[in-house]
Amino acid sequence: MSLQDRLTELRDQGLADIKSADVLKKVNQVKVDLLGKKGPITEVLRGMRDLAPEERPKVGAYANEVRDRLQNAIDQRREELEQAAVNKQLAAEKLDVTLPGREIPQGQPHVITQIITELEDLFMGMGYQIVDGDEVEEDYYNFERLNLPKDHPARDMQDTFYITKDVLLRTQTSADQPRSLENHDFSKGPLKVLSPGRVYRRDTDDATHSHQFHQIEGLVVDKHITMADLKGTLTLVANTLFGDQFDVRLRPSYFPFTEPSVEADVTCFNCNGKGCAICKQTGWIEVLGAGMVHPHVLEMSGIDPEVYGGFAFGLGPDRFAMLKYGVDDIRNFYLNDVRFLSQFYKKG
Amino acid sequence: MRISTAWLKDYLKLDIPADELAEKIERTAVEVDGVIRPDEGQKKVVVGHILTCDPHPDSDHLHVCSVDVGEDEPLQIVCGAPNVAAGQNVIVALPNSWIGNHTKIKKSKMRGVKSAGMICALDELGFDEKLVPKEVADGIFILPDDATPGDPVFGYLGMDDEIIDMSVTPNRGDMLSMNGTAHELAAIYDQTPTMPTVDLHEDESDDANDQLEVRVDADEHDVPMYKMRLIKNVTIKPSPLWLQIRIWNAGMRPINNVVDATNYVLMQYGQPLHAFDYDKLTNGHVNVRLAKAGEHLTTLDGEDRELLPTDLLICSDDTPICLAGTMGGLDTEVTAATTDIALEGAVFDAVKIRKTAHNHDLHSEASMRYERGIDHGMTETALNAAAAMIAELSGGTVANGVCVGRDEDVQPVTVQITLSKINHVLGTELSLDTVADIFKRLDFPTTLTGETYTVTVPSRRWDIHIPADLIEEVARLYGYDNLPATLPTGQPTIGKLNETQQIIRDSRKLMESAGLTQAISYSLTTEAKAKAFALHPSDVTKLDFPMSSERTTLRLSLVSGLLDDLAYNNARKEHNVALYEEGRVFYSQPEQVRPKEIEHIAGAITGSMVKKSWGVAEQPVDFYQIKGIVAGYLKSLALEAPVSYVATTAHPEMHPGRTANIFVGDQLVGFVGEIHPNTAKAYKVRETYVFELDLTALIALPKARQQYQPISKFPSITRDVAMLIDDTVTNADVVALINKKGGAHLQSVELFDVYNGSHVPSGKKSLAYTLTYRDQNATLVDDDVTAAFDKVLSALTEELGAEIR
Repeated sequence: MSLQDRLTELRDQGLADIKSADVLKKVNQVKVDLLGKKGPITEVLRGMRDLAPEERPKVGAYANEVRDRLQNAIDQRREELEQAAVNKQLAAEKLDVTLPGREIPQGQPHVITQIITELEDLFMGMGYQIVDGDEVEEDYYNFERLNLPKDHPARDMQDTFYITKDVLLRTQTSADQPRSLENHDFSKGPLKVLSPGRVYRRDTDDATHSHQFHQIEGLVVDKHITMADLKGTLTLVANTLFGDQFDVRLRPSYFPFTEPSVEADVTCFNCNGKGCAICKQTGWIEVLGAGMVHPHVLEMSGIDPEVYGGFAFGLGPDRFAMLKYGVDDIRNFYLNDVRFLSQFYKKG
Repeated sequence: MRISTAWLKDYLKLDIPADELAEKIERTAVEVDGVIRPDEGQKKVVVGHILTCDPHPDSDHLHVCSVDVGEDEPLQIVCGAPNVAAGQNVIVALPNSWIGNHTKIKKSKMRGVKSAGMICALDELGFDEKLVPKEVADGIFILPDDATPGDPVFGYLGMDDEIIDMSVTPNRGDMLSMNGTAHELAAIYDQTPTMPTVDLHEDESDDANDQLEVRVDADEHDVPMYKMRLIKNVTIKPSPLWLQIRIWNAGMRPINNVVDATNYVLMQYGQPLHAFDYDKLTNGHVNVRLAKAGEHLTTLDGEDRELLPTDLLICSDDTPICLAGTMGGLDTEVTAATTDIALEGAVFDAVKIRKTAHNHDLHSEASMRYERGIDHGMTETALNAAAAMIAELSGGTVANGVCVGRDEDVQPVTVQITLSKINHVLGTELSLDTVADIFKRLDFPTTLTGETYTVTVPSRRWDIHIPADLIEEVARLYGYDNLPATLPTGQPTIGKLNETQQIIRDSRKLMESAGLTQAISYSLTTEAKAKAFALHPSDVTKLDFPMSSERTTLRLSLVSGLLDDLAYNNARKEHNVALYEEGRVFYSQPEQVRPKEIEHIAGAITGSMVKKSWGVAEQPVDFYQIKGIVAGYLKSLALEAPVSYVATTAHPEMHPGRTANIFVGDQLVGFVGEIHPNTAKAYKVRETYVFELDLTALIALPKARQQYQPISKFPSITRDVAMLIDDTVTNADVVALINKKGGAHLQSVELFDVYNGSHVPSGKKSLAYTLTYRDQNATLVDDDVTAAFDKVLSALTEELGAEIR
């Protein structure tokens, strides 16, 4: 038998052995048996000494080819077996991925905070400062400086918790207006502030009344602020809270600290203005009060109403939340039932 | 104010559906609550003529009537009204008719007698009980003799009217009258209204001033105008139906011809008037003054009222007979026997009337108008109109002359405004003509010089006195819908949270990330709860006049409210609750009128924060979990001074062995721990862990300077030590000592085990720490570390009596 034939025989035998090896150990054994230093191929190569010199390269090349072929076959088989082992392990490790994960507890912001935060961000984007006024205020700032002298009939609209004759729980975040006005340095630019916070009214708590609720007051004063600016700003508020498709309409109203005064209605989000129970068939929902700052309010803060003017608006996040989410009882906001709080998971 | 659209037609040509009119009023003037249609939903209710009326055979009060309803055959109807009689024209609800309050009338039998329909009283047609004239309150309503049987009844009763119910804002008192509303609508629709005229005939032979002497003792501020007229020889009787209809459609009850005439003129002019029985006045003397302490008056409603020194009174020979502008006295009331009337037309101070109405809880049509102000220019006209109307309706005569207690020279107000100012404020480009036209429609005489309007505002619009008021008139009549929508321009400003606001917002997020949900509790609570959990002692801030005993006092802590929230949840079987609140507490300040408002942040956790699930057991919250939340939060604030926790028994509401005060440096900033079992019982909560932090203080404390520390290239070496030590020695003591003796290369001390179970002697515990050593600049030599570590061990043994294991 020629060496070539011997090599061919070894190759065929080896490939068969490799193919039949069903565990890694056997593959390794085949490798040692065939390709090891004492293996048959080495032996064949050793036999090349007896060949004619011109034969040697031929046989050598063939031997290398056989060896490479076997080595490749071994590598391939090994990889197959390794992969099979991995696959087997993976199959055994299969999980029910629909089982719940181990949740890290997460809290969430109160729905009123969500609305306030959303509006704060909107207005900060337009250059407004956020102002946190005091909840216990002087009658003077809460009422008189807002053009509501004692015994003004409009005071009936806001029944008040007094602490002393002159000190009260603020009934409106508008109470921050006079302090903002008198503290502002107009040489540094316009006054643009947003005052969110808690307010209090002497009301008996029921589904639609709460002795504690929230307000957001906005105030802009500069040399040229128009009622059209107010209308545009209120439209933006409505679009931010309810969506772009809603219209805003203004109606005349009365607040002692603004003139003209308006109330703003937004297209009913429930029926899109067609008329439904929520909007009492009008297609509109009253959402906020606003107006151009009354000249007396400016004067009382030492600002010349001939030079400066501005607008103010006030809205109730509680009412917004009730409208937006269909909350039917305002007390829900302050009882902190976790089943209620956990229903609102927007940004805080 | 209810505005009858039928009545409005006396003033204006309005061929406009009531709903559209209401919408226009709402968009241009005042809010509208709705349009009332008295006949809405009612059908087949007709005039019936009672042909015969016989007693029911089986009843002592029912009658069996034969009623002509305009059909071939009369109907037999059983009626229980005491005033039913043959010959009357009455209201008949036919079989299968619908009457008030969605009631259907069917044929029926009453005590065995067939009844084909019903003879109705006014309240059965949906009339408010308060509007039904008293003389027909207990029976059926009798229609006029000339009513045609079979005709629908609604036209006869004014029920086919459409009534706009306006909610008038305090500034628009002028719209609390038909005249004012007509002026407003005339401006809106650009019409010239036909205003009522007064046709007064005075009896020149009978001088009022001879018989009536009026004196005003109150000052001009309180009573700017006071006038009276005398009407003689009146006959008191019910008003004609047309007048009754106007009165009840305006939301008032018809009383008699005299009172109805004053109310009619009140509705027309917005001028309250009061009719006194002249014969009850002592000597014909009337004086007006403030009440004196201790005086009493029995008002028309029969109430005996103790008067206050702020009450304005009408007196007769100094005896109170009327609460001015609010309610008349019973003694001088116009009754069926009255023959002569002293009629008052006056102006009273708004504030005085407001106080009287408020103090006596007497809110009347008159007081409502005085409080908002009335047209001083129309007082005498209205007085004359009412006198003429009374005379006409009652057959009386008006005595010659007005008795004047006080008169006022009423002048219109003149206001100047420029076109550019109007456009500047509104953001519009209105033309001179557009604005001039609006003033013309308002019927405000105006002159134009250059671009300056000089506007003469009639006394009927007393709400207008400054340029801004005119801008509002222009804006609303031009239409808010027509305003452009823009955003403010001008110098840009920076809008961003200040440091305090940013930390508050971050703090909320950190709490939420730690698993706590934000609560907003009530700031007002009971005094006991307000004081509970206070970080520092303070007096409380109390309401002067609380609504309920539950809400009297401003809180000094947030934990107290959070426990109320937990109790609310526990009562609803929610036992795993983790809440935090960020908000104000109120520290009373001795020398200040207002309390100091401090931001706090607090948390309360009960039950397990980890949701029970497959393979996960609930983990009831404990001290170390809530402390971990607080520690993680405080770490994120990057405070410069170290945070320490010191056991305290100073909070009576807290568990004495499981509560720590929290210090930053040596400043007390809060506490953390378990609430006392007694507290838990009092608040009706289970085992609960809480913390309360003074956020204002934390915000003010210096923050660590942020500076990069190079990361050492050299390896660290660790040494573990386990020791047996007395129970009374705290972890803080051990760590402090290790740090003190640890040497220059000690980097950190980590507690990794605490054991005080059965394998350690009683009174002892086992603690184990890992000490990490590292040199920033060189590789540590093992021997150096061993030497440093040995120093620590001997210090622990010598100073804390530790037994190293």
